[in-house]
Amino acid sequence: MKCNRLVDVGRRQFLRGGVLGAAGAAAATVLPARQAQAQSLAMLDYPSTKLGNVADLKVNEPMDIGYPDADSPGILLKLGSAVEGGAGPDGDIVAYSVLCPHKGFYMSYHAADKTLNCPGHFSRFDCEKGGQQVWGHATQNLPQFALRVDEKGDIYAEGADELIYGRLSNVLQG
Amino acid sequence: MAYKRNIDRLPIIPAGATEHNVTCHYCIVGCGYKAYTWPLKTQGKVDSNWIGEDLSKQQAAETEAWYAPSMYNVVKQNGQDVHLVIKPDVACEVNSGLGSVRGARMAENRRSDITGTQAQRLTEPMVWRYGTWQPTSWDDALDLVARVTARVIDKGNENDLYVSMFDHGGSAGGYENTWGTGKLYFGAMKVKHCRIHNRPAYNSEVHSTRDMGVDELNYSYSDYQVADTIMLVGTNPMECQTNLFLNHMVKGMQNGAKVIVVDPRRTVTVDSCEQVAGAENVLHLAIASGSDLALFNTLFTYIADQGWVDADFIANSTFQGDVAVPEDAAHPAALGSFEAARVACKMSLADGAATTGLTEAQIIQAAEWIAKPKEDGSRTKTVTGYEKGIIWGNDNYRVIGALVNIGLATGNIGREGGGVCRLGGHQEGYFRPSDAHVGRPAPYIDQLIIAGGGKVHHIWANDHYKTTLNAAEFKRVYNRRTNMVKEAMDARAGATREELVDAIVGEINAGGIFSVNVDIIHSQIGQAAHVILPAVESGEMNLTSMNGERRLRLVEKYMDAPGSAQPDCIIAARLANHLERVLREEGRAEYADQFKGFDWKTEEDAFMDGYNSGNPEVTYDRLRAAGNNGVQEPVKGYENGALVGTKRLYEDGVFTRHGRDDGKALFCMGSWRGLQAPGKSQQQANHRFLINNGRANLNWQNWFLDQKNDFVMDRLPVPFIQIHPDDMAELGLKPGDMVEVFNDVGATQALAYPEPTARKNETFMVFGAPNGAQGNVINAGTNELILPNYKQTWANIRKISDATPAAARVSYKSWEVEL
Repeated sequence: MKCNRLVDVGRRQFLRGGVLGAAGAAAATVLPARQAQAQSLAMLDYPSTKLGNVADLKVNEPMDIGYPDADSPGILLKLGSAVEGGAGPDGDIVAYSVLCPHKGFYMSYHAADKTLNCPGHFSRFDCEKGGQQVWGHATQNLPQFALRVDEKGDIYAEGADELIYGRLSNVLQG
Repeated sequence: MAYKRNIDRLPIIPAGATEHNVTCHYCIVGCGYKAYTWPLKTQGKVDSNWIGEDLSKQQAAETEAWYAPSMYNVVKQNGQDVHLVIKPDVACEVNSGLGSVRGARMAENRRSDITGTQAQRLTEPMVWRYGTWQPTSWDDALDLVARVTARVIDKGNENDLYVSMFDHGGSAGGYENTWGTGKLYFGAMKVKHCRIHNRPAYNSEVHSTRDMGVDELNYSYSDYQVADTIMLVGTNPMECQTNLFLNHMVKGMQNGAKVIVVDPRRTVTVDSCEQVAGAENVLHLAIASGSDLALFNTLFTYIADQGWVDADFIANSTFQGDVAVPEDAAHPAALGSFEAARVACKMSLADGAATTGLTEAQIIQAAEWIAKPKEDGSRTKTVTGYEKGIIWGNDNYRVIGALVNIGLATGNIGREGGGVCRLGGHQEGYFRPSDAHVGRPAPYIDQLIIAGGGKVHHIWANDHYKTTLNAAEFKRVYNRRTNMVKEAMDARAGATREELVDAIVGEINAGGIFSVNVDIIHSQIGQAAHVILPAVESGEMNLTSMNGERRLRLVEKYMDAPGSAQPDCIIAARLANHLERVLREEGRAEYADQFKGFDWKTEEDAFMDGYNSGNPEVTYDRLRAAGNNGVQEPVKGYENGALVGTKRLYEDGVFTRHGRDDGKALFCMGSWRGLQAPGKSQQQANHRFLINNGRANLNWQNWFLDQKNDFVMDRLPVPFIQIHPDDMAELGLKPGDMVEVFNDVGATQALAYPEPTARKNETFMVFGAPNGAQGNVINAGTNELILPNYKQTWANIRKISDATPAAARVSYKSWEVEL
């Protein structure tokens, strides 16, 4: 058994206990900074959350994050080449939920082809194509987090474009 | 950027929402779902909801307390807008809460006036009038159909009426609807010129196993969980029967089962088996395309020579003697005893290896896994699943017979952990009067139409244009013949009904054909139609079907039909009513009397008139109570408030499917004879690429709803053809480039998808796509009983365009998971 399968077991503790990884723990949640950037009215108000700084990222090495809150695991990733929807000075920074939208298993990143892979039922998603499901059982592509990079290089998440597994409201209610 | 719905919250199902039993309307596995409906202006709360969970918190993996946007819609129910959620049922034994990428989009693929989904659904009858299709009333449309049809049929001679009619369950099929059309065409009439939705004749796709006494759906899915060896032949269940694979085969592997996969290509199934069982427990026999029969006969010979057979089973449950059924026009191989089959099928390891391209060691390994008794002498429990790789492949009759031979010889039919079964496409749901008048071999309908046969054509949810063989020629001829009638109708604009009917009949007597299309969407062959009648699917009606382990369930109606669309059984009944009326008006009273007995008001009336007449224990109320676990057919009784079914066929060792009084199974005596169907060898010799073809995970086979599903069409905007990267380089192709696939019978288009595991010069193209019909390059060759051979197709490939703008944006990465 390859080691990445074990990631699943460990990371599912994350869901049970709500324990956040190091990078996520450092993330600061602040109120939405600029209402002018609000999503369409039908969408939820998302927190603007600092995930890290451009200088912290190494190419093709994902950083664990939590967004919109600590119980929603994701990755922040500098791909190394510009992609549609990529943020930052090189247009290559993306962030995704890492819970498989099929059954909520915690996915692992495969650096060789820049995909997220599910140990539960073997679905996989392309981090260079907006989280498109390359092959799998999920009925949606991977939720991608909208990123804003300020003049200091700080990276903020400010929205999501699909429903995150395990919550009927991306920003938990009540 | 990939398609995103930008839906970031969903209404919460309230406590007290109405709950309906739903069996997925796509594949034969028939996963259980629950449909919840509730009034539009209400919803549950995070602390008060249908499931009693605290939804203010993140839910864990595999939770029952979440549903995806694809599982949600707003639909009409009794005329009112309601919320609809259709989510997998954790209590259903078939899928245990798993949803496939097809079934878990059922709600999204419902027609909705509010959300705008599936606006392509037909809502009103339409007739060809003033040069296009015009909406009209049911009575007007059916009157025209009845009057034209009545002109070409007569008592005892209905050979000018051609009928293409589905025979499946699920979707818009099922026992109600097959009975409706069956009673009309095989009861009131004896229509001989008919065909089924996926093949060009009215015939079994598994004649030989039935002739041998073995029904093709003889096990229970739970047999996969207790088997020692799972043998998969020409089937790709991870993609095509997903939750049979994930919920039963995976459990079998986790319980220690080894897996043999017979397939020329490395499918996702092979990779998934390796992930679960470990590569050392998976044997992929990548045979030369079409050489399955040689493999099975070699395995059978070797297993018998080793004595790894169940002698008691052979003695007690199979025919003793020599030949029971000789080879003739209706039997492409003789049938007889085990010893007779050993002689007829004998094939050495050397010959088997040379023909299949495998090594002798691989064949021996497979034989050991299938049949070598355990150390204590007990039988190895081997369950075998097969599907279109051999059904739509070379020498259908003999190859399926040869596979069943192995199951019989090793005592692996009717036993726990055994079975030799089709994995299937749709669910089943067949209940009709006898089709014996059709004959065997059955008429080859598509070729007869090409040759000018047929004057009136009734089509029930068949789309020859997308899903038949020799499709390019069929379309050319059918367009010409139906256009003749359209032009005649256009020329008589303003005429009375009588004058119009005369004009139509004049044209069909001159070589035209009058086409009536019953479907849920305006299909491609429907573009040729003169009358279009809108039908409904399960959930828009109550519908019964059985799955691949014969599990019978009722899908409860949870929403209104689109517009005035009707169940097929009711459309058939109303057509019968109109035919009776018209025939009586014409003074043909005796013939008109044959069309009595169609006074059904509801689909339940059709169910009681049909299925219940042969299965009096089974009623809607009892099936409702049986829920999503239903009952496995045949139903044996009703005890203690529940229907009593049959987990597994032939547990008593008595084989009945052939109708023989002795109850003995027969072996198939079919020797290997190369590529059997006409034209295949020449096509292979003259073209570079094998164009293997079949289904894919993402879309339902015929794409009918998926062609208007944004999630699907974003991923597969053009049908794909998987090609080895070296072959792509030689052809000057980039990923996504549009290629033309062309050969001696036609041409079609696809986007090039690099597949490093493909063998060179061997491609795989997805079947049935609306914008690249793979059937255009399948030749007309069939077996003796008119079973098409799609799989053995060869063609050349050339680039015709860069990727389309949509195709240029999608991922071309490998489908194999990397963990």
